[in-house]
Amino acid sequence: MTALARTSMDGVALRVADTVGWLTTPLMPDDYLGLINPLWSSRKLRGRVEAVHAETKDAVSLTIRPGRGWTAHRAGQFIRVGVDVDGVRHWRTYSLSSAPERADGRVTITVKAAPDGIVSTHLVHRIEPGTVIGLTRPEGGFVLPQPVPSRLLFVTAGSGITPVMAMLRSLVRRGEMPDVILLHSVPRREEVIFGAELRRLAGRFPNLRLHEQYTRSGGRLSLSQLPDLCPDWSKRGVWMCGPPGMLEEAETRWREAGIATRLHVEHFRPVVAASTRGVGGRVRFLPSGQEADADGATPLLVVGEDAGVLMPSGCRMGICYSCTGRLRSGRVRDLRTGREHGEEGELVQTCVSAAAGPVEIEL
Amino acid sequence: MKTLSGADIEEFGRELDNIRDDVIASRGEDDARYIRRVIAVQRALEVSGRALLFASVLPPAWLAGTAALATAKILENMEIGHNVLHGQWDWMRDPEIHSSTWEWDLVSPASQWKHTHNYLHHTWTNVLGKDRDIGYSLMRLSPEQPWHPYYLGQPLYNAMLAPLFEWGIALHDLELERLRRGDKSWGQAFTQLRAILHKAGRQVVKDYVAFPLLAGPLFLPVLIGNLTANMTRNVWGHTVIFCGHFPDEAAVFTEEQIEGETRGEWYLRQLLGSCNLDGGPLFHIMTGNLSHQIEHHLFPDLPSNRYAEIAPRVRALCERFGLPYNSGSLLRQTATVWKRVFRLALPT
Repeated sequence: MTALARTSMDGVALRVADTVGWLTTPLMPDDYLGLINPLWSSRKLRGRVEAVHAETKDAVSLTIRPGRGWTAHRAGQFIRVGVDVDGVRHWRTYSLSSAPERADGRVTITVKAAPDGIVSTHLVHRIEPGTVIGLTRPEGGFVLPQPVPSRLLFVTAGSGITPVMAMLRSLVRRGEMPDVILLHSVPRREEVIFGAELRRLAGRFPNLRLHEQYTRSGGRLSLSQLPDLCPDWSKRGVWMCGPPGMLEEAETRWREAGIATRLHVEHFRPVVAASTRGVGGRVRFLPSGQEADADGATPLLVVGEDAGVLMPSGCRMGICYSCTGRLRSGRVRDLRTGREHGEEGELVQTCVSAAAGPVEIEL
Repeated sequence: MKTLSGADIEEFGRELDNIRDDVIASRGEDDARYIRRVIAVQRALEVSGRALLFASVLPPAWLAGTAALATAKILENMEIGHNVLHGQWDWMRDPEIHSSTWEWDLVSPASQWKHTHNYLHHTWTNVLGKDRDIGYSLMRLSPEQPWHPYYLGQPLYNAMLAPLFEWGIALHDLELERLRRGDKSWGQAFTQLRAILHKAGRQVVKDYVAFPLLAGPLFLPVLIGNLTANMTRNVWGHTVIFCGHFPDEAAVFTEEQIEGETRGEWYLRQLLGSCNLDGGPLFHIMTGNLSHQIEHHLFPDLPSNRYAEIAPRVRALCERFGLPYNSGSLLRQTATVWKRVFRLALPT
């Protein structure tokens, strides 16, 4: 279908919904259709978990059938997932681990349970096939360019393998495996997510070389080992996903070598400054006018959520800007840098900003 | 009722806080499932009711359709709308069941009602001159209100208000008396009125134009069915709501009495100004759990499905402190409300 035809189809659908809306007012036709099948909603993108597959002791892959409004992803992109835990909706960001070329239209995310992660432990240990979850469309720029560079270096740690797995699967599907080196760190061999599949791929494609670093026995992977593991590292396009320390170190190294543009990184954990003891204050959320007391170390996002305010949210680590609100008065502290800032009208990211005194913020 | 010392009242308040904390700590998946199920049942009832009305060449279908639609509208307004708009389900963080996004099947816009009801009525419950719900600026329901010959007609006003209750609420939200006193500008009132007309217009078109027209030759039965369903809902809502604060034993307060009110005293006023209705689980749901008016006024933002569970604790607490806990059958409470309407129509 051409883009034009699609637009006019959407236009017709909208007009039909508008007309039927006179019969369902004050609700929308969707509110009734959604009771028959939640995936039919055109206003709210949802997905149904069809299968839960254990990857390791504490990691699973969820096979999801996306509902109406889904758009195909590019390998390496992430989505946000809305899950009800104990009746409360939580949104979290996960990289897609499936290839976009997958024929059945399903996608997978792969989740590792964090010890105190409400959502990740729920997804790993408790979610049942058939559960309907909220989704957002794929986003993010951690993707391979077209055409794919002839020499690639992937550096990953722990669950940082997930976006890279999507890329590898996509390359396999398209039958164009370039020269790839994958350096992957995990504490122990049994904790390697996709371990069997990675090793099988390395066996099948001679130009895919896999180095697994078991940090519990072999120590941390250091960038000083890089010339040994990958002599032509400076000539390769690099995609890296892991803890903040590793990414920062790499960014410095590539910048100093004058090849910063070759390095692409994906964060998957918030960077919180060590000294973020602020004063806090009363926070007023507009337009609802709901209020709550905030200490100087809790993100405004969490303060609002705990007070029952409908807070937009996304990655919860200061990257995706889904959670921004407009500051009406007061100042906030950036929890990543400890820096205090805030002018009236400034857009602040609630997930990494804490109150520095009384705050009014419009969502 | 024995007089409580200040310390007793604060102790009473702390005990109520404990009940509140217990409910909040145990809110979870079961509660979420409850409200979603009620919403699903309500929408299914509404669709079936309208479908049956379309088959109303057969008189039993008309009757069943109208009954189903009336039941759906009652559930929608009372157990769902009223309670969602109180923020009872905000903790779920579901944007589709949230006080800031919910709109209900009633002519008055949710936003205006939230102000007059959640703020004015629930904060100033039964305080003369503050709680505009005492008599809805239409009737004299407390002897402290000065009498006027106009009130002679109030039994009639009340009887007329019942079937038109949703329009009464919309008008009530306009706060015309504040406009008269000059506390409110014409501009504000006009903006509000526009919102009411927009909302009411869509409601009227839906029930009295769109669905009847769709029914073609059955225009009239569908129109009358919809009208009956709306009026049934109105009469039911009016009856239940009047039983909440106007039975004989419900106390009213003056502004002087509540000056510097503590949390314990606020709880006490909510208790003394509210009355419960006795009944079974289905009855409670059909009243939107306003049959637990006392529990609702003590904890307006706790999920309504929990009121029945905490009612025995509240009642036991009242016994311990020698406080009244006004509860009676719908018939008895309604009778005392009407008695009051008649009695106060005359100068006292």
